[in-house]
Amino acid sequence: MKKLIDSLAVMLGREPRRPAQDEISTKAQEIHDLKAANRDRDMSQHIKEERLKKASSPQIWRRRRWSVLIAVNLFFVVSDKLEIQALEGALTGSRFVGFHMADLNAALQVMLAFKQVLINLLIGVITVFVLWWLLGGRTFCSWVCPYHLLSELAEMIHVKLARRKLVKHHAFDRRARTWLWLIFAALAFVTGYTVFETISPTGILSRALIYGPGIALAWVLALLVFEILYSRRAWCRYACPIGLTYGLVGVTSPLEVEHELSKCFYDGACRQACLVPHALNCTVKGRGTRLKTTTGADCTRCGRCIDVCPTGALSFKFKGMGKRT
Amino acid sequence: MSAREEGVRRKPPKPPRRDFLRTLALVSGFVGASLVGFVPLVKGWAKRLRPPGALLEDDFLASCIKCGQCVQVCPVEAIRLADLTDGFGNGTPYIDSRQQACDFSCDGLQCVLACPTGALTHHINYPHEARMAVAKIERPDRCLAIRGEGFEGLARGADFQGKLRYDEIDRWNPIRVSDHPYDLEVCDLCVRQCPIEIRIAQCAAGSPPAGDPNQCPPEPAIRLVETGEAGGRATYAPEILSGCVGCGVCEMICPAEPGVIVMDDEGRGVIA
Repeated sequence: MKKLIDSLAVMLGREPRRPAQDEISTKAQEIHDLKAANRDRDMSQHIKEERLKKASSPQIWRRRRWSVLIAVNLFFVVSDKLEIQALEGALTGSRFVGFHMADLNAALQVMLAFKQVLINLLIGVITVFVLWWLLGGRTFCSWVCPYHLLSELAEMIHVKLARRKLVKHHAFDRRARTWLWLIFAALAFVTGYTVFETISPTGILSRALIYGPGIALAWVLALLVFEILYSRRAWCRYACPIGLTYGLVGVTSPLEVEHELSKCFYDGACRQACLVPHALNCTVKGRGTRLKTTTGADCTRCGRCIDVCPTGALSFKFKGMGKRT
Repeated sequence: MSAREEGVRRKPPKPPRRDFLRTLALVSGFVGASLVGFVPLVKGWAKRLRPPGALLEDDFLASCIKCGQCVQVCPVEAIRLADLTDGFGNGTPYIDSRQQACDFSCDGLQCVLACPTGALTHHINYPHEARMAVAKIERPDRCLAIRGEGFEGLARGADFQGKLRYDEIDRWNPIRVSDHPYDLEVCDLCVRQCPIEIRIAQCAAGSPPAGDPNQCPPEPAIRLVETGEAGGRATYAPEILSGCVGCGVCEMICPAEPGVIVMDDEGRGVIA
């Protein structure tokens, strides 16, 4: 329970903290002490294995994720063009072989603005809620949202430019997203318009793919330029209310990224690759509280940390299932 | 700060005032940007003919989830999605009736059935129950019937992309208006192609659409009234009647350029 509240608070914008001594389990403390005494990590068998694995299949989760993301978005397009009615609509609201699906944030905006809930919308909301709860909540962001992909590409450019000292990342207070979520919810309720949908890059991109491009893409482009030149992944990190909505759904999700303390040597590669490094607090030296801990609710389950971890300390885990995937 | 440094025990730096102001700018920037979407509404730039069954504009904008499922089911592709220039209406469906009107060739109001949120109200079941707008004679001086003229040829020229369903040609598939020449002694295209008038005629002939007598409109929508004579030819005036649903077919088919009839938003209504 405490872990849940902690994970929620960090997602809403609190900085992750160093755990108190009594929060660290005895076994975890043993590992901490052992590591402090013995720095000869290169001899570890699991690191050698990990190196071999990484050499044969680098970026495996990114490849899988991009494939899924592109496939889902193209499925909408193909279904429309071929008129096979397999997946109708766009990401904000759709029908998968007849079953209603509704984007949770778009549905929330509609419900707050319209103040009535139609049964079809409710069915769509429940279906999507259960689906993304099972799959990890913000998994939607990194595995489906088309803006995430563009933003990831923009991030690559940003990082390259930053390395040449041509641009500099400017951080914002992460509570901004919580405020934006509250403001947009309030605006929908008070004005009776789905105000956020006007600027939602997810909706704009999904519709542009399916129904053809428009001027709205200029807004998406502006966001990407902002991210490249001024602040890395700013929209997803500090602004997007959709991300927070799915994050809330995934607070208790069984699908998580698991950190194995004994395999972690605090290289920090995971946090440098991560969209939400505050969710990887357990990978900071001395902060792992258990032998195995999971990342927080804000984690998008993108698998970048698993891809880049040089020592194989991170992996996907489905709660209740012994076998790790 | 590199990740390795982060591991070192040190006091987390307090976010300075600059960070706070920067964050405030970000939040107000995004909120401000979204609220610009209010401008086209206030200025009336985004008055649109909405698909059949659409709630009154404010309710419609509130309830539409901007998914475009109505777009995908329309057989004549009458429905398009509005762009960012429509402000809060970004992503909402509309019909540009001069280019492609709703001719109800789906019979079953497919867009209404497709709508997941009820922005197109599920309370209507038949075309004649829609009140998308009401037709209005905007430029009577250009009307061929009023001038006592007939019409021969393609109603909107050879390049016009719009489609209509002509029951006598193909009951199931709409065809290009540019594939269907007319030869009329008095131009009555607005009456002749009116989906409501067509249904009334079918019902009068004992064969209602889809064999369903509920499809029969209770009231006529448009007619030509004889007004007199000009240069030895009888003249007529189109008259809009209470059964008009505002589908826009008369606007689309009108051969005058610009067209004589427009869809008047004042006539929009909704069955509760």
